[in-house]
Amino acid sequence: MKKFIVIIISFLLLSPKVFARIYTVQKNSALSSIQQAINIATNGDTIMVMPGVYAEKNIQVNKSLVLIGKSFPVLDGQHSYEIISIKADNVILEGFKLIHSGISSLIDIAGIKIYARKNVVIKNNILDDTFFGIYLQKAVNCLIENNKLKGVATTDQQSGNGIHCWQCDSLRIIGNTIAGHRDGIYFEFVTNSAIWRNVSHANMRYGLHFMFSHENTYIGNIFKNNNAGVSVMFSHGVKMFNNIFEDNWGDGCYGIFLKEITDSYISGNKFLRNTTGIFMEGATRVLVEKNEFSKNGWAVKIDASCLDDTIRINNFLGNSFDVATNGTLVSSFSYNYWDKYEGYDLNKNNIGDVPYHPVSLFSMIVAENPSAMILFRSIMATMLDKIEKILPGITPENLVDNFPYMKPIHL
Amino acid sequence: MKKIIKYVIVDILRNKIVIAYTLLLLAISFGLFNLDDNTSKGLLSLMNIVLIIVPLICIIFSTIYVYNSSEFIELLVSQPLQRKHIWMSLFGGIAIALSLAFFIGVGIAVFIYSFTPAALILLGVGLLLTIIFVAIALLAAVYTRDKAKGIGISVLLWLYFSLIFDGLVLFILFQFQDYPLEKLMVVISSLNPVDLSRILILLQLDVSALMGYTGAIFKDFFGTQTGIIISFVVLLLWIWAPLWASLRRFNRKDL
Repeated sequence: MKKFIVIIISFLLLSPKVFARIYTVQKNSALSSIQQAINIATNGDTIMVMPGVYAEKNIQVNKSLVLIGKSFPVLDGQHSYEIISIKADNVILEGFKLIHSGISSLIDIAGIKIYARKNVVIKNNILDDTFFGIYLQKAVNCLIENNKLKGVATTDQQSGNGIHCWQCDSLRIIGNTIAGHRDGIYFEFVTNSAIWRNVSHANMRYGLHFMFSHENTYIGNIFKNNNAGVSVMFSHGVKMFNNIFEDNWGDGCYGIFLKEITDSYISGNKFLRNTTGIFMEGATRVLVEKNEFSKNGWAVKIDASCLDDTIRINNFLGNSFDVATNGTLVSSFSYNYWDKYEGYDLNKNNIGDVPYHPVSLFSMIVAENPSAMILFRSIMATMLDKIEKILPGITPENLVDNFPYMKPIHL
Repeated sequence: MKKIIKYVIVDILRNKIVIAYTLLLLAISFGLFNLDDNTSKGLLSLMNIVLIIVPLICIIFSTIYVYNSSEFIELLVSQPLQRKHIWMSLFGGIAIALSLAFFIGVGIAVFIYSFTPAALILLGVGLLLTIIFVAIALLAAVYTRDKAKGIGISVLLWLYFSLIFDGLVLFILFQFQDYPLEKLMVVISSLNPVDLSRILILLQLDVSALMGYTGAIFKDFFGTQTGIIISFVVLLLWIWAPLWASLRRFNRKDL
C-alpha cells in the first residue's frame, strides 16, 4: 500500500511533464499573444495558434515546444524584425505564414532562425517577403520540410538566401519551394545532409550554392530559371541523383558549376536548355554518368585543371557544342550517346565502330580565343568542323569516346 | 526613268530563272519551318540558307543580266537620256525584281510560321543583302568588258564575302591573340555585310547567350536598339558605296 501511495504521489508530482498542456492563442481572448503563451508554457507543451494576424516583433522560442498554426495564422515582421528565433532543442513549428521580415545589410535577419540547436522541425510554413527565409546556424539533425519561400529580391545586396545553413550537420531539407531569393539553398560548412525534392527557381543568383560542405546528397531537386544556375565549390563526397537543371539561360549561366569538387558522383540528372550544362574547374575524380544533356549551348565544359574525371553512359542531344576544353585533358569519355555521331556499327552490338571526337574544332578555337565567337554559325566555322571531323589534327587526341552508342541510351 | 525600270522588271519577271529562284526559296522556307516544331530552329536554318544562297544568286544573276542587256544599254545611251538615269534604272529594276522574289519566297513562310522580331530582322537583312549584292554585281560588271571574266569576278567576290573574309578574321584573331580584339571585331564585322547580317540575326535568337557569354561587347553593341540602327545604316552604306563607284565608272565608260 505504501509503495502504491509513493507511486501515486510521484506520478502527481511529475504530472506536468507527463500530461503536456495545450495552450490556444486567439485574438480577442485572454491569451492573445504567442510570446505570452510561450512564457507561461513549459517544455513539451503545445501552443495552438488560431487564424489572425499577429504582429509581435520578435518571437523567442526558448523552450522545447510544439507550435502549430491553424489555417496559416499570419506572423507579421513589419519589415523590421526577425519573426521567429528558435533557441531551444526539439521545437516543432508548423503551419504558419510569415510575412515582411526586416531587411538589413549588417545582420542576417531571417523569417525563422535556429540558433545552435538540435532536432528542430520546421514544416508546412509559408514565408513571403522575408530577407533570409529559414536560417540555420550551427543546427544539428533538423528537418525542414514542405515550406514555401518567396522573396522579393531585387539586387544582390538587398536580398538574402532562401534556406541558409551555416556550420550544420545531419539536416534533412525536403520538398521546399524557394523563389525570389539571392541563393535558393545556401550551404557553408554543412555535412552529412540530405536535400530531397526541393524546387528552387527564379532566384537572383544561384538555385543551389554550397561551399566546404562535404558528404551531402542531393536527390530529385529541380533548379530552374535561376539567374546563374547552380554553383558548388570546395567540397568532396557530393552525390547528386536525379536532379533537373533547367532553363538557366543567359550570359555566364551554368546548369551546374563545379569548382574544386573531388570524389563526387553525379548521376541520373537532366540538364535542359542551359547556356553551359556542366562547367568543371579543378574537379577531380568526379564520375558523371547516366545523365541527359539536352539543348544546351555547351553540354560539358572541362577546364584544363580537371583530373581523372569519368563521363560515361550519358545522352547528348541537340547541344550547340557537346564538349569544350582549353587543354589536353586527362579525363575519360566512354559509352555515351552523341547525336552528332556519324559513324557506323558493322557488328551490330549497338556501339559505334569509329571513335567519336566530341570536341569540335570551332569550340576549341572559341575556348582559346573567345572573340572568335563572332564567326559562330558562319560557313567558315561549319567547314572547319567538317574538315576536322574527317581529318582530325588539332582537337585533343585523347579526348575521344571509343565506344559511342549508336542509339540514345534508355536511362 | 520609270519606264526603263518598268521595262527591266517586266523583262526579269518574264525570265524563268527568277521564278525558279522564288519557288526555291518558297520550298526551302516552308520545308524548314515544317521540319521542326521549334520555329526558332527553323529560323536558324533559314538564316544559313539566306546568307549563302541569296548573295550567290543575286550576284551571279545580276552580272549575267547586265552583260546580256549590253545592247539594250547601248540603245538607251543613243537616246537623249542621262547615263545616270539609265544605270540607276537598271539597278532599280534588278533590285526590285529580286527583292520581290525574296520577299515572296521567304516572307510568306515567315509571316505564317514565325512572326517574331528575329524573323523580321531576317527578312529585312535578306532584302538588304539582295540589294547589296545587286550593287556589287553591277560594279563587277561595269569594270570588265569580258563576260566570262565579269562572272568570274562576281563568284570570287561572293566567295570572299562568304568564306575568305571569315578566314582572314580568324587569322587576325590568332595573330593578335594577346590584344583585346572585341571592339575591333565589331568594326571588322561591319566590313562584311554577310557577317554583319548573321550577327544581327543571331543576337535576336536564343543562341545569343552563347555570343554574350564570350564577348559581352557584341551583345552590348549589336543587341541594343542603337546598335541595330547603326548596323542597318552600315548595310545601307554597303548599297550606296558599290553603286556610287559603278555609276562613276559607267558615266565615263566607252561603250
